[in-house]
Amino acid sequence: MMIALIRKLGAISLLGLRGTGRMGLFLGQAFIYASTPPFKFFRVLQQIRFIGFQSILVILLTGAFAGMVLGLQGFYTLNRFGSTALLGPMVAFSLIRELGPVLSALMVTGRAGSAMTAEIGIMRITEQIDALKLMGLNPFRYLVVPRLLACIISLPLLSSIFNVVGIFGGYIIGVRLLGVGVGNYFGEMANYVEMEDVLGGIYKSLSFGVLITWVSCYKGYYTGFGAEGVSKATTQAVVLSSVLICILDYFMTSILF
Amino acid sequence: MIEVQDIHKSFEGHTVLQGVSFQVAKGELLALIGRSGYGKSILLKHVPGLIRPDQGRVLIDGNDLNFLRRKKLEEMRSRFGFVFQNGALFDSLTVFENVAFPLKEKTKFSDHEIKKRVLSILDEVGLSGAENKYPAQISGGMIRRVALARSLVRNPEIMLFDEPTTGLDPVIGHAILNLIDSCHKRFEFTGIIVTHEIPKAFEIVQKVAMLHEGRILIVTPPQGILSSSDPVVHQFITGSIDGPIQYH
Repeated sequence: MMIALIRKLGAISLLGLRGTGRMGLFLGQAFIYASTPPFKFFRVLQQIRFIGFQSILVILLTGAFAGMVLGLQGFYTLNRFGSTALLGPMVAFSLIRELGPVLSALMVTGRAGSAMTAEIGIMRITEQIDALKLMGLNPFRYLVVPRLLACIISLPLLSSIFNVVGIFGGYIIGVRLLGVGVGNYFGEMANYVEMEDVLGGIYKSLSFGVLITWVSCYKGYYTGFGAEGVSKATTQAVVLSSVLICILDYFMTSILF
Repeated sequence: MIEVQDIHKSFEGHTVLQGVSFQVAKGELLALIGRSGYGKSILLKHVPGLIRPDQGRVLIDGNDLNFLRRKKLEEMRSRFGFVFQNGALFDSLTVFENVAFPLKEKTKFSDHEIKKRVLSILDEVGLSGAENKYPAQISGGMIRRVALARSLVRNPEIMLFDEPTTGLDPVIGHAILNLIDSCHKRFEFTGIIVTHEIPKAFEIVQKVAMLHEGRILIVTPPQGILSSSDPVVHQFITGSIDGPIQYH
């Protein structure tokens, strides 16, 4: 009984270790191919269009409402201490340091990460990846590298759009609706927000970009069999990416700020 | 040119191949037959190194693919054409784009030259006029012909066909086999064709190998297999229910 339990635990640990190692190698390979020619610029542009440009609408919507909620909650909280003049910095800090990078990464995971897994997974089960190999082409260069570069380029930009729209959303609620002075809102924001806050947010977005592509492409590349396998891989990619984003966010926050 | 030596392969404890060996000489077309679900496609995928054997090796012109460096392996694979069971066409590309894809990626031909070659090969496989259709818009027979065109457009030295007629009606199935035959004569590739088209496929191949219970039971010219006295071969060729092959 005891030996069987230990065996099972050992088997699970080995499986986990093997999976982690394979994921590590996958990322390593992606970076090696991303930094060596031939480069597929057109495919990167195509992916920027899909991951970046086509995510703008959802980023605008979530950014605006996140900013509005911050404006509302921030106003009522600060009002208790008589410091509503600090609403601008509060909204800006929350967005630039945390909510901008994290929420935009979660949106991209849901919209583009799931699509990456599904597309690569379907290519795997319909032997399209094998077909690429048999043309003497490297699937990593065609499928993983363009997505990795596109995500690294797009996420900081999407996060910046999220921040700008969010700050504007906070302005609409705080200034226009609740009567905070416009000078206070933007003036205090300019006083308190430092360049390192903005850079911290950008570093986070860059890291989340790598994380999303890594998990999503890996899950698609090593998908299970049939439609069910692809569906499971897609769900796993979204859940794992989202959880890892939150975990990575904590550690980056503790290191950066 | 193709030497398969003592290949063993198991998946999660289930043994599929247990010591498969055979050779295909340059310019020869070999038909690989055997029961469904007993490892023919797995064996075929060992040839270009898509699957690594647990034991044994596959030599292409004396080179073991499993020991080639990445760059050399990619070069070696460029010499292959592979027609997959379901075509494996890129579903987001049109017929023209699918056939042009390997030329665009692996050659320095001008767009004009690529267009000329693609239209010519599409004409050869009887698909003129279908260039702008997507794989989802064409029939199974057309998909196989596009896959054939995509493989042939680079003049490969080795062609591998994984059940190219499965799921097609007999007329289209035979038309595909005739097309493979005419392409074989014209391009003079070395090839392996996994098929259940018996005896039609025997008209276009020079050798037949039968895979049974993870081993090659017989390798012979087509006449040899038709006149074989081996009870397993005989039962398989005639499609009889009674005999040593048990169906569950």
